Amino acid sequence: MSTIHTAAAHDGAHGTLRDYLIGFGLSVILTAIPFWLVMGDVLESKAVTGFVIMGFAAVQIVVHMIYFLHMNAESDEGWTLTALIFTIIVVAITLAGSLWVMHHLNVNMMPGMGPEAHAHAST
Amino acid sequence: MDRAVTLPEFDTTVFYDPDEHEHAPGSSTLLGFWIYLMSDCLIFTVLFATYGVLGTSYAGGPTPSELFDLPLVALNTAMLLFSSITYGFAMLEARRRRVATTQLWLAVTGLFGAAFVGIELYEFAHLFHEGATPQTSAFLSAFYTLVATHGLHVTVGLIWLGVLMVQVGQRGIMPANQRRLACLSLFWHFLDVIWIGVFTFVYLLSTLR
Repeated sequence: MSTIHTAAAHDGAHGTLRDYLIGFGLSVILTAIPFWLVMGDVLESKAVTGFVIMGFAAVQIVVHMIYFLHMNAESDEGWTLTALIFTIIVVAITLAGSLWVMHHLNVNMMPGMGPEAHAHAST
Repeated sequence: MDRAVTLPEFDTTVFYDPDEHEHAPGSSTLLGFWIYLMSDCLIFTVLFATYGVLGTSYAGGPTPSELFDLPLVALNTAMLLFSSITYGFAMLEARRRRVATTQLWLAVTGLFGAAFVGIELYEFAHLFHEGATPQTSAFLSAFYTLVATHGLHVTVGLIWLGVLMVQVGQRGIMPANQRRLACLSLFWHFLDVIWIGVFTFVYLLSTLR
């Protein structure tokens, strides 16, 4: 018994014209709105604007994954998706860990050693 | 190839596959290339984390809202997005084995990609002219490292694109070339995904501060 992998096995990983057009249309909208929000100062709160544009980025990344990179659970018997999920976990740990640790280092720095102190000393 | 396997004489259940699997040439190339891209993703993760930590250390130098020209960044984003869909059109033509139109769409993709790199170089030259060099502050060091690493990837993608246009022209769209086009497709769209992170976290969020 032998399993033969042929080019046909990868057919699931190809997009159609419809896929590309949907992906492009969604990307244009999901890019234009964040630029508009920041350049036009639409929302009063900067924190809210920040969270909203991060949300748009997350959605657009998923759109690209589905419509341009043709991610699905079937291609290469699920190994592409497995590799992606593993990477997302490592990325999340690296980003969250780095920012968390370095933020606390800054906060707990001895008085007079922080970057602000240097800024004052130089002026 | 069916290979005769000599198993021990006694009756026992075999819990492994004694036959060697047959793989068509290049059948695992796309998965391997995807795993490379995931490792590339980790490079960008570290650069994003560095920018996240150092992005507010201006050292008395210029701040993002003074430096960044958002309409230019929006134009650059549009260039990359256009190049993504034109590469998609090239892939669709390649699947129909039409050499000329595949090359045409690859050329259009290359022009958009070159425009992206050109605009980015113009932006860097402008920033340098204003005195915002990598040596100015930790924020600018992290900014140039992250954005230039992405730009370098796009440049390598452009060279690869040119090589593939020649290969498609010489040998037509045979399975090996289709595989190569599919790998560059993953690379190209992956760079667009990284750019979403760059324009959101580096340009837009930093300008808000």
